Amino acid sequence: MTDGLWPALLGRFTWNALAFVRAWENPTVNEIIGAGAAMMVVLGAAVVIAIITVTGKWGYLWREWLTSLDHKKIGIMYVVLAFVMLARALAEAVLMRMQQAAAVNAPGFVEPDHFAQLFSTHGSIMIFFMAMPFLTGIINYVTPLQIGARDVAFPLLNSISLWLTGGAAGLMMVSLVIGRFSTGGWSGYPPYTELGFSPDVGPDYWIWAVTLGSIASTLSGLNFAVTLYKMRCPGMTLMRMPLFCWTTLCTSILMIFAMPPLTVATALLALDRYLGFHFFTNDLGGNMMNYANLFWLFGHPEVYILILPAFGVYSEVVSTFSSKELYGYTSLVLATMAIAVLSFTVWVHHFFTMGQSANLNAVFGIATMTIGVPTGVKIYDWIWTMFRGEVRFTVPMLYSLAFMMTFVLGGFTGILLAFPPLDYLVHNTLFLVAHFHNMLIPGLLYGMLAATHYWFPKAFGFRLNEKWGRISFGCWVVGFYLAFMPLYVLGAGGATRRSQAFFEPAFRPWLYVAGVGALILLTALVSLFMQLWVSIRERDDNRVFAGDPWDGRGLEWSTSAPPPEYNYAVIPAVDGRDPFYDGKRDGDVYAAPTTYEDIAVPRNSMVGPATGILGAVLAFGLVWHIWWLALLCLGGIIATVIARSFVRDVERIVPAADVARIEDRWRRMIAAARPISRHHEMTSANQGLAEVTA
Amino acid sequence: MTAPQTDLRRGKRHEIRTYVIGYALALALTGAAFAAVHWPSFAAPTTLSIVFGLALIQMIVHLRCFLHVSLGQSSRDDLLLILFSTLIIVLMVAGTIVIIANLHVRMM
Amino acid sequence: MSAGEVKHAGLNLGATDEDAHEQAEPDVFGFWIFLMSDAVIFALLFAIYGTMLGATVGGPTAASAYKIGPTFAETLILLTSSFTFGMASIAMKHGATPRVLLGWLAATLILGVAFLGLELHDFATMTGDGAVPMRSGFLSSFFALVPLHGLHVLAGCLWLVVMMVQVPIFGLDARVKINLLRLGLFWHFLDIVWIAIFSVVYLQGLIR
Repeated sequence: MTDGLWPALLGRFTWNALAFVRAWENPTVNEIIGAGAAMMVVLGAAVVIAIITVTGKWGYLWREWLTSLDHKKIGIMYVVLAFVMLARALAEAVLMRMQQAAAVNAPGFVEPDHFAQLFSTHGSIMIFFMAMPFLTGIINYVTPLQIGARDVAFPLLNSISLWLTGGAAGLMMVSLVIGRFSTGGWSGYPPYTELGFSPDVGPDYWIWAVTLGSIASTLSGLNFAVTLYKMRCPGMTLMRMPLFCWTTLCTSILMIFAMPPLTVATALLALDRYLGFHFFTNDLGGNMMNYANLFWLFGHPEVYILILPAFGVYSEVVSTFSSKELYGYTSLVLATMAIAVLSFTVWVHHFFTMGQSANLNAVFGIATMTIGVPTGVKIYDWIWTMFRGEVRFTVPMLYSLAFMMTFVLGGFTGILLAFPPLDYLVHNTLFLVAHFHNMLIPGLLYGMLAATHYWFPKAFGFRLNEKWGRISFGCWVVGFYLAFMPLYVLGAGGATRRSQAFFEPAFRPWLYVAGVGALILLTALVSLFMQLWVSIRERDDNRVFAGDPWDGRGLEWSTSAPPPEYNYAVIPAVDGRDPFYDGKRDGDVYAAPTTYEDIAVPRNSMVGPATGILGAVLAFGLVWHIWWLALLCLGGIIATVIARSFVRDVERIVPAADVARIEDRWRRMIAAARPISRHHEMTSANQGLAEVTA
Repeated sequence: MTAPQTDLRRGKRHEIRTYVIGYALALALTGAAFAAVHWPSFAAPTTLSIVFGLALIQMIVHLRCFLHVSLGQSSRDDLLLILFSTLIIVLMVAGTIVIIANLHVRMM
Repeated sequence: MSAGEVKHAGLNLGATDEDAHEQAEPDVFGFWIFLMSDAVIFALLFAIYGTMLGATVGGPTAASAYKIGPTFAETLILLTSSFTFGMASIAMKHGATPRVLLGWLAATLILGVAFLGLELHDFATMTGDGAVPMRSGFLSSFFALVPLHGLHVLAGCLWLVVMMVQVPIFGLDARVKINLLRLGLFWHFLDIVWIAIFSVVYLQGLIR
């Protein structure tokens, strides 16, 4: 390892750590791509900072968003983060697909080391910095509204989680500019990621980014669990919660119990790398299988953390757009709980090939197949919900239909993989890659996109453009099939995963098709941004301020769009499962209360940004061995937490008069709005008021 | 307002007693475990079982006397959480030991 | 009406302070959940320790590195500190004077620091004898598990100091009480983890 430029101050940083310097010294296509990516990060940051400065919005941004403890704002910021990281990780995917298509008996244009960083960042970002923030954001926004609460149980902790995640994502972006990333995949297996084989900064970036993210997720899970257990409105028993809240509850429990194994795995790897311990080294008593075991103790429940919220979204969307009550509520709840518990019993299927006895593998194989059953129950429940309903093929519904068909296909391949002897043939081939993308894209991603489209009008007060929504949907579906179905064939034909090049000419046509698919997926993402642009341009025509654009069933639709800061002027009381829907049909659901009271809302706080930024800089210091910086930041975090405990003035009062003014304005607009039938749902006649037919 | 106040004082005495009993029991269980190892009277595996058994009992004493977690209805959420956590911990720890032992036997 | 009800783990304020009792429910429950996730971390470190008991690689073994005397002393100290904190909790709940409360908290702090001092001495002895974590997988697993517990105790001591500063400043307002309730959960939890440590690590290692 080369000596640092100025070790006492800058640790092991050298000029060569900068991507630009490397490209300057060795201008190959490979290095230029790296420098180009670094340039995008630097320019992107510069442009954003410039725009905010020129428009004079720093104060606004700090006051209204960055220090806000409002769950709605935090939710939106999470989703924005997810989309930014989705863009980067999708670009990396396209690059990998292009490389593999070009590199059949040829070198391609991305060298093996760079390719290895690409698949490592792609996986790490998609899981930890796209999927987790996306679902956390949607849960954050929707859950308190659905249970009739004003915020989550611990608003400050919520902000801290957001900023830790953001800080970790920032660390990932910095790794493009300064240094390099791990080449050990998103799973970071030792001994390859030990000092003996990877002495560089790469695995350290990975370790600390993942650690910050996992702490943030554990805290979020804790927050949501307490919110759901302790803050439901009067009358809302657990069995009257919307299904999305049930999936949130089970997801939270998974987060609380599944993130610790990851924290342990990365911490022990860090001890090996930083202090010379021997947990996973080849020598002196290390055991690499301890890592694999720990990682997948986390990794399996993790994929259920990713999918359960999506299942919740589908329950909401399918019910609303079938104009029908969700079929089999109890069975859906039981299935969700079964999935949550069973997810802790199957983790060995991720390493069937590592030498366990056939009997041990068989036990976990059978458990794995069992987990398909509750998922099947859910699919049937959704199908029965649609049956004899009045199905409206809106964009969220289209995503749900595509999910049902495509996810089940992926589920079949999962059952195949659950057979240890079969798994031996296709483990770590492109077959596996196809399988998990087949679960994550139609499962998680479609679910989150459906959720975005479904709840966007609630959050921002205007509907998204339906035409561009369909274009994007079409590209996501076609792109997915073209990009991943060939991978099943390739994998079964022996193509190994994480390969920078292949030597079998028969792979070529399949790789070309997959490459085209990747480009179509990129088009899908671009279409989404187009959709946002067009929707913002046309927003005045599509405002739904009355708050109920879809004739919704849950409490969240009973507020204005966007809802007031405090959500509910009066905490609702419910006596059934679809309280708003029933309320619309029973009586005057928009009746004003007799009196208004002062409402306490959390004051803004700097603790979130402080923790996140200090955490990220602490991590950076650890990566580069800048010990004074790391210690300083650690001290700063401890001081912040202690200082906060001395603060007593943590709430702000919204006076009753203000509440009255806000609520009256909303009710005047409802009175002036025209209720519409579902036929006019997608027109500018939709002001967010549903016509009640019965 | 003497009746609620005597209730409170009685409650306080009861609470102090719970801590004292817990402390005494824990001391005894600790002493027994250390004695079993310091003055070995059984075969090694038996001694180990005794130590682990005493540890389990002492954990329950702490939970009951210091943390006031009981089988009573009103601490149900907390008890359920402990039981669920125990289930997950047992699955993870037992699973880890079985898997690593299995690998050890086959790979060494 | 809900004053007598047990709302959360640990000592409940009940009728002595109904507002704080109400506020405490989600706050203490949340901390209880955090302790469960911490329990999983410790449990996994125990599991790793179990799988690496044999990975001594010709270096120091459990029997050679562990000493029963100091372990017994540390155990008694920590157990007594749990008792003194319990007395502090009762003092807080039943409106004792700040001096009494601070006295019990100080006793807990002194015992906590004594525990840490003895433990550091143990580690120094081990290090002097060449039983360092870099020597073998077994020693690595010991030095991950036991010092992690020690770090938690250190954090608890720091928390005690902060509370001892806050009680004179704020008196026993709701936030101070709820923080003390949570610290109580934390302190007793650490004693429970120590039961596992002295049993699974030290006593198991010293059985002849």
